[in-house]
Amino acid sequence: MSITERVAGPVAAEAAAWRVDPGYRTITLSSRSGTLRLRLRVRYLIVVALLLAATTVAGVLALGTGDYAIAVGDVVRTLFGQGDRRMRLVVLEWRMPRVLLGLVLGAALGAAGAIFQSLTRNPLGSPDIIGFDAGAYTGALLVITTVGTGYAMVASAAIGGGLGTAVVVYLIAYRRGFQGFRLIIVGIAVAAMLSSLNTWIMLHADLYMALAAGAWGSGSLNAVGWEQAIPATIVLIPLWVAAAALARRMHLLEMGDDAAVALGVRTHRTRLWLVTLGVALTAVATAAAGPIAFVSLAAPQLARRLTRSAGVTLAASAAMGALLLTTSDLAAQRLFAPTQLPVGVITVAFGGVYLIWLLIREARRT
Amino acid sequence: MSPSGSEVTLTAAVERADVEVLAAARAGTAASGRRRLFGFTAGLAVLAVCCALSIMIGSQRLSLAEVLAALGGAEGEAGLIVRDLRVPRTLLGVLVGAALGVAGAVMQAFTRNPLADPGILGVNAGAAFAVACGAAAFGVTSVSGTIWFALVGAVVSTFAVYFIGSAGRGGPDPLRLTLAGVAIGAFLSGITSGITLMLPEVFNRMRGWNAGSIASVPPDAFASVTPFLIVGLVLAGVVAKPLNAVALGDELAAALGSRVVTTRVISVVAVTLLAATATAVAGPIGFVGLMVPHAVRWFTGPDQRWIFAGSAVAAPVLLLASDIVGRLMLRSGEMPVGIVTAFVGGPVLIALVRRRKASGL
Repeated sequence: MSITERVAGPVAAEAAAWRVDPGYRTITLSSRSGTLRLRLRVRYLIVVALLLAATTVAGVLALGTGDYAIAVGDVVRTLFGQGDRRMRLVVLEWRMPRVLLGLVLGAALGAAGAIFQSLTRNPLGSPDIIGFDAGAYTGALLVITTVGTGYAMVASAAIGGGLGTAVVVYLIAYRRGFQGFRLIIVGIAVAAMLSSLNTWIMLHADLYMALAAGAWGSGSLNAVGWEQAIPATIVLIPLWVAAAALARRMHLLEMGDDAAVALGVRTHRTRLWLVTLGVALTAVATAAAGPIAFVSLAAPQLARRLTRSAGVTLAASAAMGALLLTTSDLAAQRLFAPTQLPVGVITVAFGGVYLIWLLIREARRT
Repeated sequence: MSPSGSEVTLTAAVERADVEVLAAARAGTAASGRRRLFGFTAGLAVLAVCCALSIMIGSQRLSLAEVLAALGGAEGEAGLIVRDLRVPRTLLGVLVGAALGVAGAVMQAFTRNPLADPGILGVNAGAAFAVACGAAAFGVTSVSGTIWFALVGAVVSTFAVYFIGSAGRGGPDPLRLTLAGVAIGAFLSGITSGITLMLPEVFNRMRGWNAGSIASVPPDAFASVTPFLIVGLVLAGVVAKPLNAVALGDELAAALGSRVVTTRVISVVAVTLLAATATAVAGPIGFVGLMVPHAVRWFTGPDQRWIFAGSAVAAPVLLLASDIVGRLMLRSGEMPVGIVTAFVGGPVLIALVRRRKASGL
């Protein structure tokens, strides 16, 4: 980034030394003394705001649709504490947890995807790279085929399987220091072994057990209530705060280890924190709704294209993830009603189409 | 200003060091050339052993004499088993393995992405989608019927990926191809799982197909897809050298006289033929195309010609070894090879990546 000073006098130079022309419009927020400064890109802010607005609209629509349809105005009134008892029951007790969960889990997956794509500097990077999803699926499959389909049991087995796999992959890949590429290779090897195991379990399970497992494996918000939404949200809040705190160092790491060290980043520690954070974000989402595919893969890339950023960014990826998951869940409920599809089926198809459209549009422009 | 004494010694030392480095480099290329040739020959020998074992070993125990007699044309049960089952199966393993390995190597070379595997061009997703549609709409579940659905699905989705990935100026761009492949693959697999979750009998059929197996391919179907595989392998051989230049970056490759776009187009055609046919015949066998070129690259260095040749030998070794293990593992029945490959190849890969300095491209 070049610093250009277009100032003549020595007096003005002092004040204008901060003026940077990065080639796009920015807003600079600073404290009165000038010790704290935050420079924000205008386009970035607008895109994030629009994504959040779209997510809100989708959420309100989702609250109003279902077997018992409610007008948008009534939904909003109910949300602000009015509306009759029946509406409060339907909107706040039945539908709200699902919408809230779609929103927070989408944001968690988007942020996790951004972290892993930044760490691996690869647009195909995702928590799956260190075997999390395959491990979670193995855990869930084992429980579903042997014990039963209880929500808490399957969720904890999935978390156990996923975290166990992630730890094993990290330990195998760690050898006199940490190398991003080695992590990827070990992760792929372990994930391939686990998904072979999963295929084998599926092949030998009873058909209806396998169908239940397949539905879980697609990721679904069909049977969630407040008892899942509240803990998930509470756990996710500190994770987002931590992610925001690490964002700056994450972008410095993208410049390569040498440059990052020179700029004062402790690379090993930062990377370990980022991996932990990415896995934790994914783990919460998987426990609550199963492995919802594609959100963490597509959201960062979609957000990057909309904001025209140089790399993947956390806030926009999280907002994009929330929008993707909320709209997908709405579609999953209504598209083939009364058949309720798992939301993962829709995120995959929906995100795929959107990415295709973006690629075509981008190609036309150049 | 005249150079002081110490500076003179320093320059002399630098010159001497240069000479030494050059000599060492020359010796190094000669040594690694010999080592590569040795490695390649050893690989061929291992492949021959695997083929022999694959013909020898099976659920029906046959003595060496019986197998040799059967190969010589003897009648009876042994002849039937060896000539009609084990030999075609072994040949299929070699061909499918070579196809997957070379397809992966080409894919990684021309996308310049070490995470690329043939599946990224949408091959597996397209094939699975077509097989699911065939089963759901037309009730096609026989192996020889499924092969053609899978082939058409794989080819169509690869072309879709190619056209979206290469729209705009400058022809196919590796990053956009990769993203287009991910996008179309995701879209198709989403629809496939939607179909299978709504129709239990299709789900049942797909979980078998998804495992990937070379056990039950009818000879006529095998014979009709072999030409595709051979053309694909030849095309891959043709682009190996130009891909060395492409690895340096498009501009540099063009400056060196390489036709970047032509190379890319031939590469895509080769990958499509190889991966689509292999998947159509054997179902989705993961891991081989992704990992074999990696492991090979650690031994051969970055020359694509050697990587392709090495993958064409190492991938069949992995596939046949896995197939043999799959036959022996269970007391009754067999484990499909697609499930075993990762369990045989995974630990090898992990051991390799922990020993060696990991390679980029």
